[in-house]
Amino acid sequence: MKLSGLRGRGGAGFSCGLKWSFVDRRSGKPIYLICNADESEPGTFKDRQIIHKDPHQLIEGMIISCFANDVKLAYIYIRGEMPKGAKLLNAALKEARAKNFLGKNILGSGYDLEIHVHRGAGAYICGEETGLIESLEGKRPYPRIKPPYFPAVLGLYMCPTIVNNVETLCNVKHIVTMGGAEFAKLGTPNNTGTRIVSLSGQVKRPGYYEIEVGKATIGQLINDPAFGGGLLEGRKLKAVIPGGSSSKVLKAGEKFKLKRKVEGKDVEVETDMLDLPYDFDSLLQAGTMSGSSAIIVLDDTVDVVDVLANLSEFYAHESCGQCTPCREGSLWMSKTLHRLTHGEGRKGDADYLVKIADNIPGGKTICAFGEACSWPVQSFVAKFKDDFVAKGTADEEARPP
Amino acid sequence: MSFTVPANLEAEIDELITHYPVKRSASLMLLHALQEHFGHISTEATVWIAKKLGLQPINVHELVTFYPMFRQQPAGKYVIKVCRTLSCALGGSHKLHEHFCTKLGLDPHAHGLQTTKDGKFSVEFVECLAGCGTAPVMMCNEDFHEGVSHAKADEILGKCK
Ligand SMILES: Cc1cc2nc3c(=O)[nH]c(=O)nc-3n(C[C@H](O)[C@H](O)[C@H](O)COP(=O)(O)O)c2cc1C
Ligand code: SF4
Ligand code: FES
Repeated sequence: MKLSGLRGRGGAGFSCGLKWSFVDRRSGKPIYLICNADESEPGTFKDRQIIHKDPHQLIEGMIISCFANDVKLAYIYIRGEMPKGAKLLNAALKEARAKNFLGKNILGSGYDLEIHVHRGAGAYICGEETGLIESLEGKRPYPRIKPPYFPAVLGLYMCPTIVNNVETLCNVKHIVTMGGAEFAKLGTPNNTGTRIVSLSGQVKRPGYYEIEVGKATIGQLINDPAFGGGLLEGRKLKAVIPGGSSSKVLKAGEKFKLKRKVEGKDVEVETDMLDLPYDFDSLLQAGTMSGSSAIIVLDDTVDVVDVLANLSEFYAHESCGQCTPCREGSLWMSKTLHRLTHGEGRKGDADYLVKIADNIPGGKTICAFGEACSWPVQSFVAKFKDDFVAKGTADEEARPP
Repeated sequence: MSFTVPANLEAEIDELITHYPVKRSASLMLLHALQEHFGHISTEATVWIAKKLGLQPINVHELVTFYPMFRQQPAGKYVIKVCRTLSCALGGSHKLHEHFCTKLGLDPHAHGLQTTKDGKFSVEFVECLAGCGTAPVMMCNEDFHEGVSHAKADEILGKCK
């Protein structure tokens, strides 16, 4: 797995082989594996497709992953709003059991494994791995603080646990078939394999597209006839949310200095946001992330204040409420954006939003949701400040003194 | 009012509990099973699950109040969930929600789940349903519908008997 270079497809892009190597194998406790099929990051719709179109690919990937990690009991945590997906998975598991790919003494190997489907119930925070574990224990999905609750050591029932995304586990099947070194030839160095990109928003051909990681640029994904097919007639690009709603927005025309190797030497190349290779590292260098690999395209007909208000309402609704900065901050940001989009804005709202957003992340919260809810606000207001100030000013001037 | 869980459903529930080394883990699955059968989670249902899993009723009640999919009041026979989040909003989901509300005599600006007087339909906004590429999307009970134009919305309503 390490040789394959596979990085998690759920959001953080962490090395899968490394994650597995952290699992405490000496504790004497059972090891669990959980497939994260909670897919709720706005913009993302790839796991649903895998589950609906090829559930056996996932199950095969899980069986191999469980065998490799000596797991005897595994779960697929699927979001509650995918009842059909849960039924499909149950049917596929039944087929696998009938063929003795699951159950006792699998194909005479002496290895036992059972996989069950567990349904969530409509809370985004269940996608966060420790929240997911709490939820699977039958509790409210309040994320656990790390340290000490790293799933690899103190996960499900305080036992070592692996949590991987649906797409990550599907890749395992191909890595074992092809060999790690061969898999690593797909994609680009440190960004190996293929990835399903969810493309939505204002493009001609929204949809899900599998690419070799880093072999297509954001611009190609939006404009190439094989992918997005370009913007709608007569529209101009305004911005791109590159890796799910939590990732920092890229403004049309923004330029970044990308580190590249040219003839063995490190050089910095000025790169337009559209020419960023769609991979983990290039987007990190551009100050954002490829996250859950979901691109949302915004053209010049949208009002970025409306866009941010929509996203902030999502975060205000989904904060689990354990940490004051996140619970209150996400709500204040949403309320401020609500007044800005309802004719009650103030000139100072842009600065006020950034002040709230800046006070949430940086170790003040239990989980990464704190970052996730502040990044859109920080980046939208920084990059489109005039739009926010203009709106607040207009409202203020229209109000009787 | 007496509260009885039919024997076949209870058998299903007993089987679900065997999926977990710790019974409490089955709470969400039991809540789904009972809500699907009774339409909502009553106090009796909460107490029943708690007893079944060896928990205090509060351990179950706190799930009902936290997880958006569970409801304590009955809803319509058909529950329509329209996605509110960004890609669907760009694709016209607010117009779609309004279309359902006006068509069914509900208030498009009211917050939360609303049910028609005859108890046939409920309409609510929900967050991203992982179908953003075919916005706007919605669910009608268990069925997921993509690219829902107003004409398609009428068709969906028409099929609800
Ligand atoms: C707020 C929040 C929501 C998340 N939602 C999801 C999700 O819906 N699906 C997912 O696979 N990972 C999600 N993650 C990432 C998981 O915590 C975890 O990193 C991932 O499942 C690990 O799998 P991977 O290494 O295969 O990517 C979320 C993380 C955070 C902080
Ligand atoms: S950061 Fe937000 S979502 Fe995460 S645990 Fe704290 S309150 Fe909950
Ligand atoms: S935004 Fe509606 S399904 Fe994702």
